[in-house]
Amino acid sequence: MLTLALPRRLVSFEGMGRRSAAVAERNVAALKTAYWLVMLGGLLEPVLYLFSIGVGVGALIGEIPLPSGRVVSYAEFVAPAMLASSAMSGALSETTFNFFGKMKFMRLYEGMLATPVRPIEIALGELAWAMARGGIYSAAFLVIMVAMDLTTPARALVSFPATMLVGFAFGALGMTISTLIRGWQDFDMIGAGQFALFLFSGTFVPATAYPEVLRWVVEVTPLYRAVDLIRGISLGSVGVTQLVDVLYLLAMLAVCLVVAGRRMERLLCK
Amino acid sequence: MSYPFRRVEGVNSLIHARGLVKRFGDFTAVDGIDVDVQAGEAFGFLGPNGAGKSSTMRMIGCVSPPTGGVLRILGMDPRRDGPRIRARLGVCPQLDNLDPELTVLENLTTYARFFGIPRKVARARAAELLDFVQLGERAGSKVEPLSGGMKRRLTIARALVNEPDLVLLDEPTTGLDPQARHLVWERLFRLKQQGVTLVLTTHYMDEAEQLCDRLVVMDGGRIVAEGSPRALIDTHSTREVVELRFATDDQGTYAGKLEGIGERIEVLPDRVLLYVSDGDGALAEVHRRSLSPAGSLVRRSSLEDVFLHLTGRTLVD
Repeated sequence: MLTLALPRRLVSFEGMGRRSAAVAERNVAALKTAYWLVMLGGLLEPVLYLFSIGVGVGALIGEIPLPSGRVVSYAEFVAPAMLASSAMSGALSETTFNFFGKMKFMRLYEGMLATPVRPIEIALGELAWAMARGGIYSAAFLVIMVAMDLTTPARALVSFPATMLVGFAFGALGMTISTLIRGWQDFDMIGAGQFALFLFSGTFVPATAYPEVLRWVVEVTPLYRAVDLIRGISLGSVGVTQLVDVLYLLAMLAVCLVVAGRRMERLLCK
Repeated sequence: MSYPFRRVEGVNSLIHARGLVKRFGDFTAVDGIDVDVQAGEAFGFLGPNGAGKSSTMRMIGCVSPPTGGVLRILGMDPRRDGPRIRARLGVCPQLDNLDPELTVLENLTTYARFFGIPRKVARARAAELLDFVQLGERAGSKVEPLSGGMKRRLTIARALVNEPDLVLLDEPTTGLDPQARHLVWERLFRLKQQGVTLVLTTHYMDEAEQLCDRLVVMDGGRIVAEGSPRALIDTHSTREVVELRFATDDQGTYAGKLEGIGERIEVLPDRVLLYVSDGDGALAEVHRRSLSPAGSLVRRSSLEDVFLHLTGRTLVD
């Protein structure tokens, strides 16, 4: 029998954090074996790139001079870029493909919005979940970097929160994109854009290698800022540009989160 | 299940709407309606598809901001107090939006968390609600293999997980087979007996007659009549109806020949309806006039007839 005395207190009006957490909690409940396999795939990708390009191609390239004049091994140069890219793609896959599916096809959010949960809280909750997933990738990859002597344990520890910031910023971006796209066909475009960022964000060659104009284009893209931030930490050369990177990513997070919340409200609360 | 019926303090109407309007661009879905729903009442919006019922329900559910007019739910303003109001509503949407990645039980426990209900309480309540909707044995099953009726019952259970003051049901039995419908009606009737305030939309007149203490008939975004099912029938229709089917492509040719029998004649594409106080007497008169219909039926007036009379159209096309 339902208890008669409890309800008023139980259905109390609680804060944003609590409701956002409940949204993330739903994903924990939905976590099943198959999903773990998908997550394992997300970890494997940057590791494969690190070994094929960083170590394999790196053996041909040898060492590479940084803009500061310092010379590092190619693997040391590529590894932090792979880390930043995987933080980006982990966050994007959760907030584009999965988010869109939940919104449009499972119509999960319609159910949630009939409760006290608000659109912005769904956005926050989904983002928190994407970060939990991204955090596991990043931590595992950092362990590999330390084991291969591509960075020091101390720098790896500092890199971790930086990867979380990268994930949050791209997660918010992904969510904004999800509220703007029309259907599954648009995912090809997201994939193409993501791959272009992956190739040209100073990941495999320093941005200084590009012609001046192109270099500027590259330097204003978000993955370049993410790579610059994490590479700076990982190689122990943190300066003013890393502060710019952090501010850039924070601004991206804030703007995208607000836009995503508003767009969701407009799509779902007609 | 015993439902913790609570009196909502200091609020006369759980739903209070005056001149409520909802527009989507140029299209006016709800065109200035006045509604009051009291605690403990089972209230219905009856009307055909496109009458504005679902738009009204979404505004009441605080997921769709009104374009104009006054709307108070539980004495609060949906524009300002949305989350606070929704915390005390139970919503069963027209299309099931259960979580396909969760089990039947998890669908309830997870949903309870959105209301901030502690896990332990959520589990106990979920188990009890599953028994109430006769799904206790399917607790561990995924949602996908459930039948339409089971899914609907699960959605109803989900709507009760926060012990709402007001339960909103949008077309609760649309798309269900007759047996599944009766099972849903029977559960809703129990809730009603326990004093739960129910607000439902339907385009089935039998559903409205069975469940609603009071209802409004909607057409084209407006309310065209209001009252108890009985009162609406008494006011807008005769006691009995004779349905006649003639073996012809144009039932209308018989309208003139039926003139004078009963109060009113309605010609539908497939039959002619005679509105009369004494059905058998009227049918005898039809035969006396040597009009031999291929089929005939004498029945009581229903809400369908009320709707036909008020709008000139049938509820379900």
